Amino acid sequence: MPTRPSTVAPEPFYNSLAYSFSTMGLGSDMYRQQILDHYKNPRNYGELEDPTFTHVGENPMCGDEIRMDVKLDDDEETIKQVAFSGDGCAISQASASMLSKELRGKTVDELLEMDRDDVIDMLGVDISPMRVKCAVLAEKVAQDGAEIYQGDLDVEKTTTEDD
Amino acid sequence: MSQQNLESLDVEAIREEFPILEREFDGEQVVYLDNAATTQTPDPVVDAMSDYYREYNANVHRGIHHLSQEASIAYEEAHDRVADFIGADGREEIIFTKNTTEAENLVAYAWGLNELGPDDEIVLTEMEHHASLVTWQQIGKQTGADVEYIRVTEDGRLDMDHARELITDDTAMLSAVHVSNTLGTVNPVSKLVDIAHEHDALAFIDGAQAVPNRPVDVDAIDADFYAFSGHKMAGPTGIGALYGKQELLEEMQPYLYGGGMIRKVTFEDSTWDELPWKFEPGTPQIAEAVGLVAAIDWLEEIGMDRVQAHEEEITRYAYEQLTAEPDVEIYGPEPGSERAGLVGFNVDGVHAHDLASIMNDHTVAIRAGDHCTQPLHDKLGVAASARASFYVYNTKDEVDKLVAAIDDARQLFA
Repeated sequence: MPTRPSTVAPEPFYNSLAYSFSTMGLGSDMYRQQILDHYKNPRNYGELEDPTFTHVGENPMCGDEIRMDVKLDDDEETIKQVAFSGDGCAISQASASMLSKELRGKTVDELLEMDRDDVIDMLGVDISPMRVKCAVLAEKVAQDGAEIYQGDLDVEKTTTEDD
Repeated sequence: MSQQNLESLDVEAIREEFPILEREFDGEQVVYLDNAATTQTPDPVVDAMSDYYREYNANVHRGIHHLSQEASIAYEEAHDRVADFIGADGREEIIFTKNTTEAENLVAYAWGLNELGPDDEIVLTEMEHHASLVTWQQIGKQTGADVEYIRVTEDGRLDMDHARELITDDTAMLSAVHVSNTLGTVNPVSKLVDIAHEHDALAFIDGAQAVPNRPVDVDAIDADFYAFSGHKMAGPTGIGALYGKQELLEEMQPYLYGGGMIRKVTFEDSTWDELPWKFEPGTPQIAEAVGLVAAIDWLEEIGMDRVQAHEEEITRYAYEQLTAEPDVEIYGPEPGSERAGLVGFNVDGVHAHDLASIMNDHTVAIRAGDHCTQPLHDKLGVAASARASFYVYNTKDEVDKLVAAIDDARQLFA
């Protein structure tokens, strides 16, 4: 079982401007130790020698770039190993690092079922509305990579612009 | 202007006209340092627009009734006021647009599409805002005209030797920013315009970051076109102005068609109204024009020299504070007459967006990103930069809060 952060996940906020106002100024929560730790000491950073699929993406607004390498088990369903590489803000890179741990042992279907709430849940912090794209980049890259692998999608590069 | 005049600038009194500057988030008063994106709006501007809606709101184009006459006169005279403010000859040379971007597009479509061809060159600068860069780049693609870029030097200035090299008899249009929104550089626009004119090229100057904070005289610059936005100069959003030399505007075809810009319409054809209405079809931004006039009145009461001097003083202070930090890299020229009131920078090891988020924790509002100058950021070798930009209501205390927030970011990321 992947470990989950003990912090309570925030309420979904992106539908509610009032909520986003109320969270302004609490954003230091965005840089809790866990995020900073993953940013400074990224887990699974690098590239896999023999990935089942690999995909890249960017968040043009921030210039965040992420490459996700995924290796599946012999059952071709279970995620055996994940590595990421890239460059960008703390939120995008920490999110990729945490996701690389989180995905291990999940199935591809479980990966595809993840949504942005799951990412924010995983991060365990309030993400201000303008930074959600940074947070979900790694997840979107992994999901698009999986869909391309399954033959359901045809894109060279994922971007978070059309969110 | 004398130092005494500058000292008599009563920033506290000015701030009282901006209730928004009193706003608090979690008990912390906002420190608004995002003025190059948009400035705050003083009460007299809000009041002028409110008065318009309460007292004389009506459509323009000279309806027969009293209210329309009042609205029409206010709207038309707003052109005179803007013309006077920037040294144009009269209302014929002032076209109201949505913003600077639309002004750029107006000339690109109304002049560029008709006049440019594969033998022509458009010369821009590497520090252009996307407003002009993307517009002329795309017009170049459509017409076959080449687009070339005047280099930016290491210290953030235009390489004027390169400008002289690039601008040739094949050049049809030079479009350059007066003040860079990323580097803060104040460009030698008169010289650039002179070089363009030596080769019979036209010159478009983007004054979005200049008109708000320094005296601008389009006649002295001799620009063929000059544009700026209301919302960066204490005015409302939704209005900008294009200045154009009258003889050029006379020759140009309309860019947008519709009511209010015609003289005579038949099922077969139409003729155009006189300047500037030829370029202002449909119901225009009347309240915004009223607000823009109020903003100009408000700025002129302070005095554009003093607005400029205050910004230079705050910018110099910010520059000194930031250069004292060893891990802060600042972009653009040193403070002085060639640097406007904004400071673009990066803190080593902290992504600009993280920095802006941490600033926001301190209720310090700055901008982080590519500032609509992606190619320039590519050249600087960074994906994004942070930018603090100042206006007439900012104080040195606020700069100190900016620096304190940087210290906090550094500690978090150390």
